[in-house]
Amino acid sequence: MNIIVCIKQVPDTTNVKIDPKTNTLIREGVKSIVNPFDENAIEEAIRLKEAHGGKVTVITMGPAQATEALKSAIAMGADEGILISDRAFAGADTWATSYTLSQAIKKIGTFDLVLFGKQAIDGDTAQVGPGVAEFLDIPQVTFAIKIDIDGNKIKVKRQLEESAEIVETTLPAAVTVIKQINEPRLPSLKGQMRAKKAEIQMWTAEAILADAENIGLKGSPTQVVRIFTPPPRGNSEMLEGDIDEISVKLFNKLKEQKII
Amino acid sequence: MDYLFTEEQKMIKDLARKISEEKVKPVRAELDETGTFPWELMKEFGKADLCGLYIPEKFGGFGGGCLEFCLATEEVSRICGGVGVTFAASALGAFPILMFGTEEQKMKYLPDIASGKKLAAFGLTEANAGSDAGGIQTTAKKDGDYFILNGTKQWITNGGEAETYTVIAMTDKSKGTRGATAFILEKGMKGFDFGKKENKMGIRCSATRELVFQDCKVHKSQILGKEGMGFIVAMKTLDRTRPGIGAQAVGIAQGALDEALAYSKTRIQFGKPISSFQGVQHMFADMATQVEAARALVYATARTVDTGTADISRDSAMCKLFASDVAMKVTTDAVQILAGYGYMKEYPVEKMMRDAKITQIYEGTNQIQRNVIALGLIKELAAKK
Ligand SMILES: Cc1cc2nc3c(=O)[nH]c(=O)nc-3n(C[C@H](O)[C@H](O)[C@H](O)COP(=O)(O)OP(=O)(O)OC[C@H]3O[C@@H](n4cnc5c(N)ncnc54)[C@H](O)[C@@H]3O)c2cc1C
Repeated sequence: MNIIVCIKQVPDTTNVKIDPKTNTLIREGVKSIVNPFDENAIEEAIRLKEAHGGKVTVITMGPAQATEALKSAIAMGADEGILISDRAFAGADTWATSYTLSQAIKKIGTFDLVLFGKQAIDGDTAQVGPGVAEFLDIPQVTFAIKIDIDGNKIKVKRQLEESAEIVETTLPAAVTVIKQINEPRLPSLKGQMRAKKAEIQMWTAEAILADAENIGLKGSPTQVVRIFTPPPRGNSEMLEGDIDEISVKLFNKLKEQKII
Repeated sequence: MDYLFTEEQKMIKDLARKISEEKVKPVRAELDETGTFPWELMKEFGKADLCGLYIPEKFGGFGGGCLEFCLATEEVSRICGGVGVTFAASALGAFPILMFGTEEQKMKYLPDIASGKKLAAFGLTEANAGSDAGGIQTTAKKDGDYFILNGTKQWITNGGEAETYTVIAMTDKSKGTRGATAFILEKGMKGFDFGKKENKMGIRCSATRELVFQDCKVHKSQILGKEGMGFIVAMKTLDRTRPGIGAQAVGIAQGALDEALAYSKTRIQFGKPISSFQGVQHMFADMATQVEAARALVYATARTVDTGTADISRDSAMCKLFASDVAMKVTTDAVQILAGYGYMKEYPVEKMMRDAKITQIYEGTNQIQRNVIALGLIKELAAKK
């Protein structure tokens, strides 16, 4: 089983502040961490490796300091880390990021499974996992809470809002995981020692044979026009009671307001 | 203070702290209340590679020494003395194997202890032989290639939970202390059972239990060192593990100091935080100074142990004596600073005070430590003449 985990380094807070002038995240003074959902993906990869053997490779697209994120994955038990880094990648949206990651994965070559966290806590788009799967032209299953592998078949339990479904497909596949799938382990001492010594490879746009038209800001079909915190909505009222009571209350309110 | 730690030693300290904060802290009050043995936490330490810090890499350990072991023990004990001793007592059981075991014995027992898969324990004390360990009555009678053990060990930490036991028994009573022998025993051996589990004042989550031997047949290959060397095994072991108790004591004291300091900034009396009163400030100054002095002595002793020096009895007695007296004093003062709130179980300092007491008692009471120190001084003087 060769497993590739795509991870992202994010600011250590869900309360990120946005610079109103540049519409970008204010990163000063905020510690960087591995995106929490990606830690679940790393944990799952290590567990699958422990059960089926193989190798876990962690990749990230980011600046030089994202090496730290790769090292903490190695400290948990991943075998190898690759940093995909180039000035030309700057400003990439989810499409360009997905393209870039998929090019790196193609360079790695053989793999059975690509794992992702369901989304990054800074952008919250949940698009990169599915995007990479499309570029690689492999089956994708999102929001996994359980993964079983049997030969070249993979069975994934997906968490939906009110229910769960079980999807079976063939390997190689891409899967995004949610928090409930496992509890990420703390790094071990030997893992930390290994991480300290580990040499992280760095791949540039050229190394992954990326088409300059498809990467970075230039390759991004979406443009961020403005990021802002929406003003709090005006007066709101929570209706309480069981469904019947709430329906009656709602009906009366709507009538009062002459909406119906 | 800068103790000139290596990169690895800092890593050990940080990791032990992280696990203690994240995994031990949320459950310590409940473990104390219910007296539940912290198996899950021991597994966590195992997974983090903290169980074999002092065990050579060849036997699956990290390849460190007494200092590495002390750093981890201190950090765990800072959060919970009970979990701290459970962690440390496994080393007490493993040290004799490390020091006196044959290559085969080490290969057989140490890897599982290093990985945290199994715990170890050390059985010397009996109902009528506490400080006077020479008075033990458990016998091991030779029978061909075997020895038959009979007797009861009392208050054995990790008793019942550990898989591997170093036990001291009399093979020849007529020879006095030269007639004792150390054996490695395994849980599940026929004739080896566990008796009463104690209900204790402090370190309540740790297991303290009787080991009961009734015609327990042990092959002679389970002897540690040589027949008749039992007391040497026991004394040399305790000399090298006492800094661990010192580290436990420093950890408990530091934990209490941290709690008291944090509280003193939030508790308002006479319109001011109590930390602004000089009477309280001076208490903190003394507590912090004592803790730091104890810590320095523990680290210095651990480093001396790691040089491999033969005669460490006096130094290790001093560090255990001083650190445990500091732990008792500092935890008592912490309760004093929190006062009524400190006396209540809602705050952790009363538990720390209860946990601190044992450090003055086990691995030799502090009176016995003073005997050892004084004896060392007198011997030294005699040697000079
Ligand atoms: C929680 C707990 C865990 C323990 N774990 C272990 C373990 O894992 N393995 C193990 O083998 N043992 C263990 N012990 C036993 C421990 O080491 C003994 O309790 C200790 O050595 C003291 O023995 P005692 O309690 O019988 O006290 P006693 O020897 O009865 O002493 C009573 C009092 O007399 C004093 N005294 C005795 N002799 C002298 C002297 N010559 N000079 C001055 N004062 C003296 C003592 O200091 C003490 O104040 C444990 C004990 C406890 C309570």
